[in-house]
Amino acid sequence: MIIARILGTVVSTQKDERLRGKKLLIVRPLNLDGSDTSGFVIAVDTVGAGYHERVLVVAGSSARLAEGMKDAPVDAAIVGVIDTVDYVND
Amino acid sequence: MQLARVIGTVVATVKNDSLEGRKLLVVQSLNARLEPQGAPLVALDAIGAGTGELVMWCRGKEASFPFRREDTPTDCTIIAIVDSDAHVTGGGR
Amino acid sequence: MILARVIGNVVATQKNERYANARIMLCQPVSLEGEEIGATLIALDSVDSGVGDTVLVVQEGWGASTAATREPGAAIDSAIVGVVDYIDLLAEENKGVRR
Repeated sequence: MIIARILGTVVSTQKDERLRGKKLLIVRPLNLDGSDTSGFVIAVDTVGAGYHERVLVVAGSSARLAEGMKDAPVDAAIVGVIDTVDYVND
Repeated sequence: MQLARVIGTVVATVKNDSLEGRKLLVVQSLNARLEPQGAPLVALDAIGAGTGELVMWCRGKEASFPFRREDTPTDCTIIAIVDSDAHVTGGGR
Repeated sequence: MILARVIGNVVATQKNERYANARIMLCQPVSLEGEEIGATLIALDSVDSGVGDTVLVVQEGWGASTAATREPGAAIDSAIVGVVDYIDLLAEENKGVRR
């Protein structure tokens, strides 16, 4: 899983029917200190995450195991909203 | 998947039993303009490609699917031969 | 999923049988600003996308295979699963985004 922040949304009408009704969010992976990495990924929201929130993103085939994602063609899913991150800063 | 040019073959006598009789080819990935992109790599042939041909290869776990998928250790497999360079359209060439 | 622009297509007669009737599209991954990033890739179309469209490309085998062929288990690692209408970004991220 990775920690990411939400940058925006993607709107697509013409899409695989199994993606119908699913919210597609643009997320940018973060470093542990909260700074941005480069790049972004489009993830399906399964928890009702919103702008300005830090989230947990699961990637790969595991994304299909997230709530409501069974049998959907997704490779990244938002599975949690992060409250805090504590870590040892060596 | 990516486009690639077959630039050579690899001969390996000692290899995993499941690769017995399989052809190993060296491929150079290409961009849309058919220029080299990245380093060459070795791919398992699933379609009968030969040196000089323009092909498509598939990466990852799915690369083993054209073979006995449970026991074919490959992460790069050639799955199609492009008809000709002219059959790649829109690459800005 | 990643964002990519459809830039062309590829014709291959001799191909894995699971690719029969597939539309093989040449895609260029793009940034949120629409600039080209990374290597060109090939994805099978499942949503009638066309050259010039910005699309969503799924890069996970099961999803890509079922989207493109309706069955899992094909040697397919990428498929186009959506055509992007527009992208809505946080105000502070918005630096002239286009479709």
